[in-house]
Amino acid sequence: MELLLVLGVPFAGGIILAFWGHREYAPELNAGMSLLTFLAASALTVRIIADGPILVWNDMFFVDPFNVFLVALTAFVGFTTSLFSRPYMRIEAHTGRLSRSRLRLYHSMYQMFSFTMLLALLTNNVGILWVAMEAATLTTVLLVSLYRTPASLEAAWKYFILCGVGIAQALFGTILLYFAAEKVLGAGGTALLWTHLNQVKGDLQPTVLSLAFVFLLVGYGTKVGLAPLHNWLPDAHAEGPTPISAVLSGLLLNVALYAVVRTKVLVEGALGTHFAGNLMMGFGLLSVVVAAFLLSRQKDIKRLFAYSSVEHMGLMTFAFGIGGSVATFAGLLHMTVHSLTKSAIFFVVGHAAQKSGTQIMADIRGLIDTNPTIGWGLLIGSFAILGMPPFGVFASEFMLLTAAMHEQPWATPFLLASLGVAFAAIFGKVQPMVFGETTAKRLPHPPALIPVFVHLGIVLLLGLYIPPYLADWYRQAARLIG
Amino acid sequence: MVSLPFSTQLINLFAGLLLLLSFAMLTQRRVLSLINLFAVQGFVLALSTSIVAWSTSQGHLYYSALLTLALKVVLLPWILHRLIRKLSVKWDVETLINIPATMLIGIALVIFAFNLAAPITLIGGTITRSTLGIATASVLLSFLMMITRRKAVSQVIGFLAMENGLFFAATSATYGMPMVVELGIALDVLVGTLIFGVFFFHIRETFESLDIHHLEKLKEH
Repeated sequence: MELLLVLGVPFAGGIILAFWGHREYAPELNAGMSLLTFLAASALTVRIIADGPILVWNDMFFVDPFNVFLVALTAFVGFTTSLFSRPYMRIEAHTGRLSRSRLRLYHSMYQMFSFTMLLALLTNNVGILWVAMEAATLTTVLLVSLYRTPASLEAAWKYFILCGVGIAQALFGTILLYFAAEKVLGAGGTALLWTHLNQVKGDLQPTVLSLAFVFLLVGYGTKVGLAPLHNWLPDAHAEGPTPISAVLSGLLLNVALYAVVRTKVLVEGALGTHFAGNLMMGFGLLSVVVAAFLLSRQKDIKRLFAYSSVEHMGLMTFAFGIGGSVATFAGLLHMTVHSLTKSAIFFVVGHAAQKSGTQIMADIRGLIDTNPTIGWGLLIGSFAILGMPPFGVFASEFMLLTAAMHEQPWATPFLLASLGVAFAAIFGKVQPMVFGETTAKRLPHPPALIPVFVHLGIVLLLGLYIPPYLADWYRQAARLIG
Repeated sequence: MVSLPFSTQLINLFAGLLLLLSFAMLTQRRVLSLINLFAVQGFVLALSTSIVAWSTSQGHLYYSALLTLALKVVLLPWILHRLIRKLSVKWDVETLINIPATMLIGIALVIFAFNLAAPITLIGGTITRSTLGIATASVLLSFLMMITRRKAVSQVIGFLAMENGLFFAATSATYGMPMVVELGIALDVLVGTLIFGVFFFHIRETFESLDIHHLEKLKEH
């Protein structure tokens, strides 16, 4: 029942807002729909924690602690982003960057995007997972090109072609997986169900599965933004509307990584070796290093934080690649805190860019002078994402480094150096934006900054103290995928 | 020489035709002919799928064949024809640099694809397993086509041809994916093409051309 609501509300929202998305009250309607989704997701989470994993509707949907945790996170950030998007999109319409019909497209696609992500998370069918990921790409392409400027069209085209090709590789991987599964489970619909595959993973043909994993990792890895397949990511983040940058970074990348981790469990089980984990560690580490060194060359504030997302997704991929309870715990925690922090940063960045009328960092100055909350929000958010104690990112990065030192000591110098370089690059750029003389103007609608501080508050809390039920939940999830 | 059953010979013939069509698309310079080649490819795909369905009595493959026929032979080419007429690029000829080199790379890709598919072919249980190499090759050739093209429309056709190759891989390795997945894929492809179509207009309106070299401004500064 909760499951039906979690999927049904955003889907219905997408259709309703396709009709009324241009009205005056559409932003509130959008936020209301997201709130309903979030409530349904919370109810589902409570039930899973109490009763354990469920398998419903002819085994088509499967909810366990691992994916329900991402469902809750997705619904929560989806809701807070819709709150942020209310004043943000009103200001965009006020300044004439968006017409009413674009707003309708935006609101409708926002809900559809939530729907596709939740479907990808909840489905038990590896094929449907692919279909939902492709659908998520299609909805975000429309959102990235919303402004129809030359730059946004280019970003959307690049995103479309790169992710389209990437996701085609993932489809080939899925076909190979089905090929191996069919031998064991017989032809028909059940051979692609993850729970069935998980039961027989030891009997799956290892050669085929290792080949399948390479394709799946490259395919979904393109969407995670792993180097060297990350080219679309900074463009899409910089040129789309800021609420979309927030959900892309905070949610979609996580969902793509979820797909990789789910297949990794199957492949490791079939191979009995650490092949899949090693590949993930390699891609992860490369992304961390590449992104850290590209950070200092950025001039656009949204591109800066997009590269920071590449870096953090690399860290998570590396953590899941190491495997084992500590590293997986660190990876899950990092997923949570990164989502919350990065979306909070994008909320602040969006309003800062609106105030200054530009996304070029050199022209954004003195945020604390004109609007202290925006200034402090950016400063605190940057501290949090850079892994300063006492924020949650510090806790997860510390755990990750401990696990890395224990399991893969050779990688720690690279990780530490990259984190240091990233710190210097981001802090050096944020500091003059926050302090100094100002040129910014007043906004026509009051900005929504409560979500920013709610997110950062949760991240701070997670850094100081992880509640026992949450820790237990992470441990359950880590056991499932470790 | 072991003689193969007639249906297998037919399927192999169609597989060979598909590979030939992939090479033809790689070097076809007229946009209009490219769309027609794509439609022919879809038609061959539907035919070979229905023969597989007939010779293995896999009922659900008939639906896949029908779906292919409706989507890839009728609907998508129709949409594309409409698009190029409205954009008045119907008679456009693309300048392709170095066709012989592209062909040579294509041949290398085919050899690579057969090597890649060899271990899977060995353990395959379907009568069509020998065509998996060809399916992989046509996926890679479409990929090559997307890289070498400079026009937005031909890139999209390359993308769709790649999906054709993947569909062929699915039928030859496993007698097709489960129906619900196949329907989902078809829906995504259709919606994707429609969005691409809308995109063409925006791109042309903004850049006054469908050349994607206009779309290479966003670089690292």
